[in-house]
Amino acid sequence: MAFEYAPAPESRAIVDIAPSYGLFIDGEFVESSGGGLSKTVSPATEEVLAEYTQANAEDVDRAVKAARKAFEKWSALPGAERAKYLFRIARIIQERSRELAVLETLDNGKPIKETRDADLPLVAAHFFYYAGWADKLDHAGFGANPRPLGVAGQVIPWNFPLLMLAWKIAPALATGNTVVLKPAETTPLSALFFADICRQAGLPKGVVNIVTGDGRTGAALVAHPDVNKVAFTGSTAVGKEIARTVAGTAKKLTLELGGKGANIVFDDAPVDQAVEGIVSGIFFNQGQVCCAGSRLLVQESVRDEVLDALKRRLSTLRLGDPLDKNTDIGAINSAEQLARITALAEQGEAEGAERWSPACELPSSGYWFAPTLFTNVTQAHTIAREEIFGPVLSVLTFRTPDEAVAKANNTQYGLSAGIWSEKGSRILAVANKLRAGVVWSNTFNKFDPTSPFGGYKESGFGREGGRHGLEAYLDV
Amino acid sequence: MSDRLSVFKTYKLYVGGKFPRSESGRVYEVTDSKDNWLANAPLSSRKDARDAVVAARKAFGGWSGATAYNRGQVLYRVAEMLEGRREQFVREVADAEGLSKSKAAAVVDATIDRWVWYAGWTDKIAQVTGGANPVAGPYFNLSSPEPTGVVAVVAPQESSFLGLVSVVAPVIATGNTAVVIASEKAPLPALSLGEVLATSDVPGGVVNVLSGRTAELAAPLAAHQDVNAIDLAGADEALAKELEVAAADNLKRVLRPQAVDYFETPGTERMTAFLETKTVWHPTGSLGAGGSSY
Repeated sequence: MAFEYAPAPESRAIVDIAPSYGLFIDGEFVESSGGGLSKTVSPATEEVLAEYTQANAEDVDRAVKAARKAFEKWSALPGAERAKYLFRIARIIQERSRELAVLETLDNGKPIKETRDADLPLVAAHFFYYAGWADKLDHAGFGANPRPLGVAGQVIPWNFPLLMLAWKIAPALATGNTVVLKPAETTPLSALFFADICRQAGLPKGVVNIVTGDGRTGAALVAHPDVNKVAFTGSTAVGKEIARTVAGTAKKLTLELGGKGANIVFDDAPVDQAVEGIVSGIFFNQGQVCCAGSRLLVQESVRDEVLDALKRRLSTLRLGDPLDKNTDIGAINSAEQLARITALAEQGEAEGAERWSPACELPSSGYWFAPTLFTNVTQAHTIAREEIFGPVLSVLTFRTPDEAVAKANNTQYGLSAGIWSEKGSRILAVANKLRAGVVWSNTFNKFDPTSPFGGYKESGFGREGGRHGLEAYLDV
Repeated sequence: MSDRLSVFKTYKLYVGGKFPRSESGRVYEVTDSKDNWLANAPLSSRKDARDAVVAARKAFGGWSGATAYNRGQVLYRVAEMLEGRREQFVREVADAEGLSKSKAAAVVDATIDRWVWYAGWTDKIAQVTGGANPVAGPYFNLSSPEPTGVVAVVAPQESSFLGLVSVVAPVIATGNTAVVIASEKAPLPALSLGEVLATSDVPGGVVNVLSGRTAELAAPLAAHQDVNAIDLAGADEALAKELEVAAADNLKRVLRPQAVDYFETPGTERMTAFLETKTVWHPTGSLGAGGSSY
């Protein structure tokens, strides 16, 4: 007999969410010049968490002006002083880590286990890492006196709201740029809480500005003539549109876009470890990860063994209340995203792939999708080609390492890949041939601020993290 | 009348290691700075551009897979071949750019030295731009630069030889392959460079040289789904914008036009612009707090 888990919910009393939020411009929360209010909901319950402001072009202009005004002093500040501001921010994030983890779980729907153990530690780590660069830029390999670009317009997605903010803001500030950041329309809250962290840290007014809103706000920011640098993480379609918008301008551009990562399991891989890696590869954050290992390529001779173990493991995943500390799979971020996942999964069935999910009871309210895997998938199937951005794994097979490489590379994307094998030379040979910016061997979905992250091909250009991440914000 | 009648050269494209005429059968008149006829250069078509991409793609695997040491040797060999043909290029550059013989000689010498400079970079760029990252956890990871693939190069319009080599050498030094559109009004040094490349050890297809109307050739290359990057060095402002918009369709890496003094020693930007960074992670099997993990 199996023991049942008792409910272990994290208290939400630690978070004080205001009923309504303005825009954070020039160090203050201000109202829109007429953009109106939108609601952000908890994906797990559909409860309205707060109202936030839909910034219009005029608001964006105000924010860019504030950032421009602040740029002069901020960029002239000795690096060591900028560093201390970033260290302060990093420390305050650590102090408020539990509060922010709960907030992020409420607004995004991802399990508290992940916000607490993955998102927040990495957010703080990124600020610590780039804080240390602020007074060492002469040594970063971009010449003796690398200069900041000016005002950075940054647009981030909803899958890792605070982590993507950290990836964007930490290197921008370290290099002496000022920032106007637009969080995603479904997850604006942690960025607004970050504004309060800037206040606590005593960050000069206008250095960080937060404008909330939907794609219209993002488009106004990207197109603003006084923005010197555009950084975007999100879908490939929007990334292409942004690339067209900045064409012919002097704006520097970095794009972190979609992916369709291959997780390659060779016949000599340790099966139990590989299964854990497959699970974290596609079910971490409900699969709403651009570098997710959404295509499992398993060597034909171990297909059945791996699939049996995988199905057994999936049956033990716990789906439900994201605030419960024992929850593995939380809610899908929005009704819109749920509809997209649902439609693509149905298309997978319609095209002849075989669908399987563990016995799994879905909560009656909120946006939920059971962990799903498809077998009998070919490379021509839509579910093997399009990014689903949900907990849906397509299983394909291969016979030789060359075939594995060919199939792994048979995609418009090139962000991530995984290799499972006990043989070092095989890992390195295959890693060499994969057209992907990040290759995990015998592990998956590992991130670290010291390590460059970014894609080949239509997964975008530029790298975030590490020394490489500085280049996006320097005039080099 | 003892003057010997000289033998003219029929200038041809350099594609896939061969010297085809344009498939269109077209040529255009190339003149010197005083409008005297120099030669008829091939007026390449879109089909020539597509053929060049096919050749460059075919050559990419071998060239990017060659050792960096080997690529350095091959690039240095090009410099050796150029040195042997120095007089020819001095004449061609003088004619093409309306320079005195001594100024043209300075240009050619600088160009040869530029090849040597890039030849020395092939096995060093990875150490300068890559390395091990100190990961906070029981993992080891390495970031290494890799060539992005096929690069379309719109060569500078004014600097027909030094400028050309300054934009082509960095592309291939790092393992990319190139489709180059020569200076529209002064394409002859570029076409002659094809002859040098063919007699050096550069594999066919690694560099492909097209002559013709820049705008006509650049448009299909910028829109080509099998081109990974584009260098807009020789595009004017309006064309550069148009090409950058087209390049967004498959998210090509774009190097925008910029003011460059080609006599100055370059930085690494022309190499890094066409490099991807790949980070490979591996567990270290470190002993964790919980005991042995290996």
